[in-house]
Amino acid sequence: MRFRFSDRPIDTEAARRELLDFGAGGYVSFEGWVRNFNEGREVTRLEYEAFQELAVKEGERILAEAAARFPLKHALCIHRIGSLSLADMAVWVGVSAVHRGEAFEACRFIIDEVKHRVPIWKKEHYRSGDSGWVNCERCAAAAHAHAHDAA
Amino acid sequence: MTPGSSGSGEPRLVPVHGLILAGGASSRMQRDKAALQYNGRSQLDRTYELATRHLDRVYVSVRDSQLRDPRRARYPLIVDVVPGAGPIVGIRSALAADPHVAWLVLACDLPFLTDAAIAQLLAERDPTALATAFRSAHDGLPEPLCAIWEPGAAPALAAYQAVGGSCPRKFLMRHTARILEPRDRRALDNVNTPEEYDRARSLLDSPPMQLKIQYYALMREQAGRSEETVETSAATPGDLYLELQTRYGFTLPREQLKVAVNSEFAPWTRKLVAGDAVVFIPPVAGG
Repeated sequence: MRFRFSDRPIDTEAARRELLDFGAGGYVSFEGWVRNFNEGREVTRLEYEAFQELAVKEGERILAEAAARFPLKHALCIHRIGSLSLADMAVWVGVSAVHRGEAFEACRFIIDEVKHRVPIWKKEHYRSGDSGWVNCERCAAAAHAHAHDAA
Repeated sequence: MTPGSSGSGEPRLVPVHGLILAGGASSRMQRDKAALQYNGRSQLDRTYELATRHLDRVYVSVRDSQLRDPRRARYPLIVDVVPGAGPIVGIRSALAADPHVAWLVLACDLPFLTDAAIAQLLAERDPTALATAFRSAHDGLPEPLCAIWEPGAAPALAAYQAVGGSCPRKFLMRHTARILEPRDRRALDNVNTPEEYDRARSLLDSPPMQLKIQYYALMREQAGRSEETVETSAATPGDLYLELQTRYGFTLPREQLKVAVNSEFAPWTRKLVAGDAVVFIPPVAGG
């Protein structure tokens, strides 16, 4: 059960080979790609940044939780950091399991938890020339507006 | 014995209320001693909180002219019946305000006072004496301003003042008082001068320490750096964030963040120690 970062394109064939197991009846993988729009704005590229020391710990805790919930053989998650272009792969999750059902469920569980818990940040660059940290700028703006409402 | 019970031949053990003496002129300190701060909290607040950990009802003794002082007015007050006559009037005013209880009297210049000292006074109290007091570690004399005064002291104090007496220490030396040996000798060290205050503060305040801070994403951009070593007295990550938010104008409220200490998630109330590595974690967005 491994979680790691890569500053180069993810080699999915090599990653898949890490999950091979004679006892596994199925394998499921997920790829997250850079999309050209988000929340109504045209995105041209992304930058990923991580607090790697804690992120690897938290990522491997998520994989261990998945292994405790589902009868997995192996699980692996690789996340990109650095500057990414449209259609680049930002994250890869793969699991091998005794049966396909658990493989699908575990893969979904892992990517959902990683998005919410692991200290990774994404800066979007927009066609209009400006940029923003996803989930941060709106939080700060909302808090600012709230402070004015209260005053 | 339970409070209020009356044993055979023993005096009734009346309950104890607290009285913080905050009416002094602080002439040698040249500043209001009740307002002196240790670790960011005033001597009055510290003493009041200490007393309320042991007693159900605690009052603050003030002069008439201090009734509207906001530092004092937030507490229940007992006003001196005669102005300008020193702590003996504060004690008498409390005994007059409720003659059916004993009063644990605490001066407002004892920054080293501990829960253990208060507990010792209450545990070793002698209700048959006029007062229960500690023996000063410095001069061997009774300490009247960290003592329990029984209701029976009221007429004796009145008689003592009627013949010109004004010193509660001399009063205790001439009357029946239970004198205790303090287990913590430093607990009764008082602070009367700016020099004594500086010394007490150097012993009580948290010394500044060095912490290593790393910044990521929006925090890095707003701080204008990815890491730094800061010297701070912040006791917790919560205090530290407020301090750095003031310095750098971080737009994210603390409620939106998590914090890591030494590369592990930590509660905002964790006690920081020198050398800790702190990372503030803004809302994450992996995948």
